Amino acid sequence: MPDARPIVELLKISKSFGSTRVLNNVDLSLYAGEVHALLGENGAGKSTLVKILSGVYLPDQGDIRLSSDLIEFKTPAQARQAGIAVIYQEPTLFPDLSVAENIYMGRQPRHRGGLIDYAAMNRGVATIMSQLAIPLRAQDPVLGLSIADQQIVEIAKALTFAAKVLVMDEPTAALSSTEVARLFDVVKRLRSQGVALLFISHRLEEVFSISQRITVLRDGEFIATGPVSDFTTEDVIRKMVGRGMATLFPKETVEIGEPVLRAQGLRRAGVFRDISFEVRRGEIVALAGLVGAGRTEVARAIFGIDPLDEGEIAVEGKPLEKRNPKAAMAAGLALVPEDRQQQGLVLELSAKRNATLTLLRQLHRFGLMLPGREKAVAREWTERLQFRGHLDEPVRVLSGGNQQKVVLAKWLATQPKLLIVDEPTRGIDVGAKAEVHRTLSQLAKTGMGILMISSEMPEVLGMADRILVMHEGRLTGEFSRAEANEERIMAAATGNAGAANADNAGNTKPQR
Amino acid sequence: MKRDYLMGKFGGLSQAWERLLRSREAWLVLLLAVLVIGTASANTRFLGSQNIKDLMLNVSLIALLAIGQSIPIIMRQIDLSVGSIVGITAFLSGLIFFDHPNTPNLLVFLVGTGVGVLLGAINAALIIWGRVPSLIATLGTLYIYRGADYAWVHGRQINAANVPASFLALGNIGFLGLPLLMWIVLLFLVLAAVVLRQLPMGRECYAIGSNPTAAVLAGINVHRRVCMGFLFSGGIAGLTGVLWLARFGTVDATAGLGIEFQVVTAAVVGGVAITGGSGTVGGAALGALLLGVFNSALVVLRVPPFWQQAFQGTMLLVAISVDAYLAHRLAIRLRIKRSHL
Repeated sequence: MPDARPIVELLKISKSFGSTRVLNNVDLSLYAGEVHALLGENGAGKSTLVKILSGVYLPDQGDIRLSSDLIEFKTPAQARQAGIAVIYQEPTLFPDLSVAENIYMGRQPRHRGGLIDYAAMNRGVATIMSQLAIPLRAQDPVLGLSIADQQIVEIAKALTFAAKVLVMDEPTAALSSTEVARLFDVVKRLRSQGVALLFISHRLEEVFSISQRITVLRDGEFIATGPVSDFTTEDVIRKMVGRGMATLFPKETVEIGEPVLRAQGLRRAGVFRDISFEVRRGEIVALAGLVGAGRTEVARAIFGIDPLDEGEIAVEGKPLEKRNPKAAMAAGLALVPEDRQQQGLVLELSAKRNATLTLLRQLHRFGLMLPGREKAVAREWTERLQFRGHLDEPVRVLSGGNQQKVVLAKWLATQPKLLIVDEPTRGIDVGAKAEVHRTLSQLAKTGMGILMISSEMPEVLGMADRILVMHEGRLTGEFSRAEANEERIMAAATGNAGAANADNAGNTKPQR
Repeated sequence: MKRDYLMGKFGGLSQAWERLLRSREAWLVLLLAVLVIGTASANTRFLGSQNIKDLMLNVSLIALLAIGQSIPIIMRQIDLSVGSIVGITAFLSGLIFFDHPNTPNLLVFLVGTGVGVLLGAINAALIIWGRVPSLIATLGTLYIYRGADYAWVHGRQINAANVPASFLALGNIGFLGLPLLMWIVLLFLVLAAVVLRQLPMGRECYAIGSNPTAAVLAGINVHRRVCMGFLFSGGIAGLTGVLWLARFGTVDATAGLGIEFQVVTAAVVGGVAITGGSGTVGGAALGALLLGVFNSALVVLRVPPFWQQAFQGTMLLVAISVDAYLAHRLAIRLRIKRSHL
């Protein structure tokens, strides 16, 4: 159990990016032999705090103390030297190299002549793997390992340089339940060896089962810290959210009409299968699930970006014959992607140009653009979305919320019948979130069908008329707004559908 | 560790056999054997001793450049300027002998290689400090170095008569039946192979090419390694220029003109992935040999010379397409295996 003095302390840490304050006077202390859970909604500042601890960012204010000594990490290498190892959700490994080489890169054991001692390296890996009770072979290439096994490689790497602090950023997000159990065995083993583990997770039952202490952040502010026994699940959720749901999610009651999208038996080999569902006019359907469950991939396939191996898609009863984005747009589909910066926007172009990209064909005459009409179209939608920013400025300089409005404007200008939004409020501040939610609600009111992929439970519960849950490429749950609650959705999302929803046990097709 | 393209296809065979069947090098040797036997049975002149010797000497120069080229490519970079470096150092070596006939051979080697390293340093500076992608930076210096070469040489020519016999003998007289020139190439092949396989700095090159972001996180000094890669590739090109003079005796400003494309082709055909992170110098040298034998076979089989370059290009595309196809298949198989869907 916790030692008297913490191994690492973060004291009064503040950090801003531009004018956005991401962390404000946050404290965090880690003790040897404890699992410490760092909790907070997306955007609460957890990742930034981890990046400060691991030397990726420098704090604007505040101290880092290592065994009571004041220290400054200027690079990730320095933090690692000091015994702080981070395992990211998506491991950063070398796919072309072997497990052993990945673990020992930069620190290979050598023969006296200076040549690499591969035998010693493989023995070292074998020792660590038996210590962790994981049967990974030293000489296997990393290309082809599951995310879970890649995380094990990262943990093994941390062990070879005797890490005192191990930070795991949502390690279970993409794992199956058996993989999670295996990971937790490893975590317990490390804890008993005196390692301090900082654990970030959105799955509260996991947090309560594995951790000894909890720290909660909200909107960059330090909210609470203490032993896990001082908290109940309800406390934690209240502290994380800190506000009533009704104000945040202005969902209006809308009359639900005819089906606008019907997907039947969609399958993409190795990604998802047996995906069947409908979205009706005026309806907001949430697609919930853990990261990596295949939700984005389903959306991409419906929009014709990725190929389908099987399945039918119909828009307003008409089968979608050609599978490409152009045909999907012509049929009345629109997709607002998850990654605004990479997939949704041309960062160097102005807000005006971005907002009209989908309508280029209607905005020119004899091959020349019509600046007047371009401006009028851009203005119409950005005004309706309460866009605050200059239309002629490059979108690169806009806030996350305003960028999201530009992407929405771009797709709404095509007057779609069905709007697919992937993580619509990821990385945007609370005020702008509410506006995005209000917009979605208003769009539904006009009769548009909305398919909303979201990993934020309050958003799913607050916004959706109906909730579909995916787990490992299959639909594992379907709930009406009245039936849905956090436990049921989480159970379906982690593959324990039987417990919460007997109808859908065993990964069969969901009933309608 | 090479990419296991054929993963899972040879269950039941012993491990050694399996590893052999999966290696790119084994398939290259097999292809080479088929090509040699096929051509020789069509025309016995193909295996004549003079033909073999010319072929091996030409291949040696390309192979040496391909060895040098492999290091940047493994790091997901490329060095297109090597042909122009060859041109400069080949003429420079000849000029040294022309002006000072009694210069020791070793000194000429050192000067030629040193100038190559220097020109490689300019490439490295552009890529690292100037942040110019290596494809563009070395495309630029390819033209700049060649232009400087033309301006400096100014129509002059070095003839075999100006070069000491002891130097020309490098490409002729040999040890154990192989010309000394080939021994030099073999020496560098072994050296580069050992560094890449057995030294941390070699493994770091693969790491950089495999995942540059992860390389930074692993504490690898990426800039230093990339810099070393271009110094090495430039130095090897400088050395090849010196050997070029020994091989041909006659050089003007056009030595090595356009050779960079053969070099890159050889490396890629030999399994050095253009996307970085995998491949061996042995494979690159075999790639050069395969290309050389292929060209020679085309000559012996009286294929019109117009077609030879087209065949070479076809081979490059086939090699890349096969790689891409196998990698794609592997990705799908792994995806399915992993998810059980």
